[in-house]
Amino acid sequence: MSTTSPPQLTPEQLDAFGRELDAIRERVIADLGERDAAYIRRVITTQRALEIGGRGLLFLSFLPPAWVAGTAALSLSKILDNMEIGHNVMHGQYDWMNDPAVNGHAFEWDSACPSEQWRHSHNYMHHTHTNILGKDRDIGYGVLRMSEEQRWNPYYLGNPVYAVLLALFFQWGVALHDLEVERVTAGKASWKDKGEMLGAIWRKGRRQALKDYALFPLLAGPSAPMTFAGNMTANAVRNVWAFMIIFCGHFPEGTHEFTEEETQGETRGQWYHRQLLGSANLTGGKLFHILSGNLSHQIEHHLFPDLPAHRYGELAVEVREICERYGLPYNAGPLGTQFGSVVKKIVKLALPESGSGERERDVPPVAVAPAPPPPPRAERQPVAA
Amino acid sequence: MSPTPTAPPRPNRLARRLLGSALAEALTTPHGVDRYIELVRPAFSLREVRAELVAVHRATARSVTLTLRPNANWAGFRAGQFVRASVEIDGVRHTRCYSPASSAHAGDLVELTAHAQPDGHVSPFLRASARPGMVVSLSPADGDFALPDERPRALLLISGGSGITPVMSMLRTLCEEGYDGPIAFLHYARDEHDVAYAAELRALAARHTNVRLLHGYARQSSAGELRGRFGPAHVRAAGVDPAEAHTFACGPTGLVEAVRGMWVENRHEERLFVERFEPPSPAVVDAGGGAVAGRVRFARSGREAAGSGTPLLDQAEAAGLTPQSGCRMGICHTCSCRKLDGAVRDVRTGEVSTAPDELIQICVNVPVGDVTLDI
Repeated sequence: MSTTSPPQLTPEQLDAFGRELDAIRERVIADLGERDAAYIRRVITTQRALEIGGRGLLFLSFLPPAWVAGTAALSLSKILDNMEIGHNVMHGQYDWMNDPAVNGHAFEWDSACPSEQWRHSHNYMHHTHTNILGKDRDIGYGVLRMSEEQRWNPYYLGNPVYAVLLALFFQWGVALHDLEVERVTAGKASWKDKGEMLGAIWRKGRRQALKDYALFPLLAGPSAPMTFAGNMTANAVRNVWAFMIIFCGHFPEGTHEFTEEETQGETRGQWYHRQLLGSANLTGGKLFHILSGNLSHQIEHHLFPDLPAHRYGELAVEVREICERYGLPYNAGPLGTQFGSVVKKIVKLALPESGSGERERDVPPVAVAPAPPPPPRAERQPVAA
Repeated sequence: MSPTPTAPPRPNRLARRLLGSALAEALTTPHGVDRYIELVRPAFSLREVRAELVAVHRATARSVTLTLRPNANWAGFRAGQFVRASVEIDGVRHTRCYSPASSAHAGDLVELTAHAQPDGHVSPFLRASARPGMVVSLSPADGDFALPDERPRALLLISGGSGITPVMSMLRTLCEEGYDGPIAFLHYARDEHDVAYAAELRALAARHTNVRLLHGYARQSSAGELRGRFGPAHVRAAGVDPAEAHTFACGPTGLVEAVRGMWVENRHEERLFVERFEPPSPAVVDAGGGAVAGRVRFARSGREAAGSGTPLLDQAEAAGLTPQSGCRMGICHTCSCRKLDGAVRDVRTGEVSTAPDELIQICVNVPVGDVTLDI
């Protein structure tokens, strides 16, 4: 939902753009080593220490300062585990280390969503079809109206309410995401095919709930109710924080959406171009970047999803420069501004507009001329699955 | 059944029982107990074998002898078996096979000796940088090249270069047991300064009259009891009848094949046991990176197919397998699986990778020559 038309690049320019980004990727891959391994291990050690410290303090949570400190530590632990560690490790960013503890396929995160389903809905579906209407289910998550292209109906009057609920219970929303419930309710899929997935969600969710809401509170003896409240608060803090950061990734003012037709037979350069135009960054200090799981560098993450995220900050300098040279937008802003525009969108889209459901074609398609003849098969894989 | 290999005593049974309990698992879900304890005790694990380097000795210019203390999951080994040891170099974990050279009765310490290979990666690193305190992962002991439980009447132990380690373990194990049958220990090395266990061998031969020690030096034709290449004269010098004895041969292919050839010719190959010690060879790839015909083996499903120039994912599917996949363009890592050995070329960058035992995305890699995948 952009208000200005995206700049037009020729197919040759798009190819050159793609090659420059490929070169950055190859250079970083060749450079991966001890520095990156040491970094992720430091983050993991910090997260585990915060977790143990937080839960330890919550055993004494009948004392208010212990409750506050314990809840804060546990919130930070969950944020680090889910974002800087979990999301990034599961992308395969540290697979090159050959260490089972940080292997993308093996890692399970401290959240109700089974990692297997996250990898499918996020790594595969979202990153391949980023911002393509009808294919990227992150546009709305099946419960919200986040695009003018989603046909309005009275259900969406509750958009802001659903958003608040999703934010507070985000880990459960994420856990249910890969089920594609909206497709089942629309009759395009059936519950009987979802048995295995439901089983996995039940088992993971149950283990998480048992840990946070039964075992640790019970072990805390007299502090039980305060520990319960602390654990619930820590989950809510993580939920809301993750919701905010994630929603700033592709919804702020200035991000672009794409149709299936215009992304048919995408070249690599066009893929990079869509990733850039569909993403938005958050500016901030080093600690902010770490706590956001480096999703503050959403553009760099979407260009290079499998490079260790702590590298995105350095790469951003080069990426910005490349965008300037090609006359491409680089959408970045502080959290307040970016999230503010997301909130505005949520509220605005709760209401029908004139001509609802039919998109006015005031924005020319992103890819300009007729697509060039496809390069030799070995170099390109079409995006449409 | 084998006599139980001497496993180390298990300290702190109660602690391990608590840490391994369902409650501990539920409290540490989803990461598990290991991932917390290992932050303070890197060698600890509930299930994995890990070992701490307690001593490092560089006996020769090329070799390094590591004394390891495995954790409580180590179940011992039979003399002659090997372990897969994993060590981290510059952030990347590499795994190589080594045969313990210590006696199988040695209890809580295991000794490995690595010889730095010229094209190697792990062995030069160990030679240069191994130091006490490092923690490595070990697999359980494995392999059929091992002393039989019913000790043979006589033994002929033949080794070359780094192949000395398993037969060293056999020799030490038998000596510790007070074995009194004849043992001939033939070792081939470059020169007398290249034998990692020279001193130990001399001492064992001196102390045990049933042990005959014979050396052959490729670059010192006048030193050593064994002149020239392995042949019938060497077997005669050993003074053990191959028709009566068990023979264990371990070393470079040339030596091992020479022994095998002679044993087959004389029809006592059922008394011969061999193990080849070759460094994992980086696959040879021609600089043009053109299509190189080879075979693709799918180790876990036991299937095989002639390689083609298409990505390995397509080839696996053509062979009737259904590996998981996603974007099919190298972004999502859903199709990532282990290449056990061989060379592959990334179709996006043209880069060829020959490392053994690495994770690759099979949707964007084509085989260059023979490749084995762990699917």
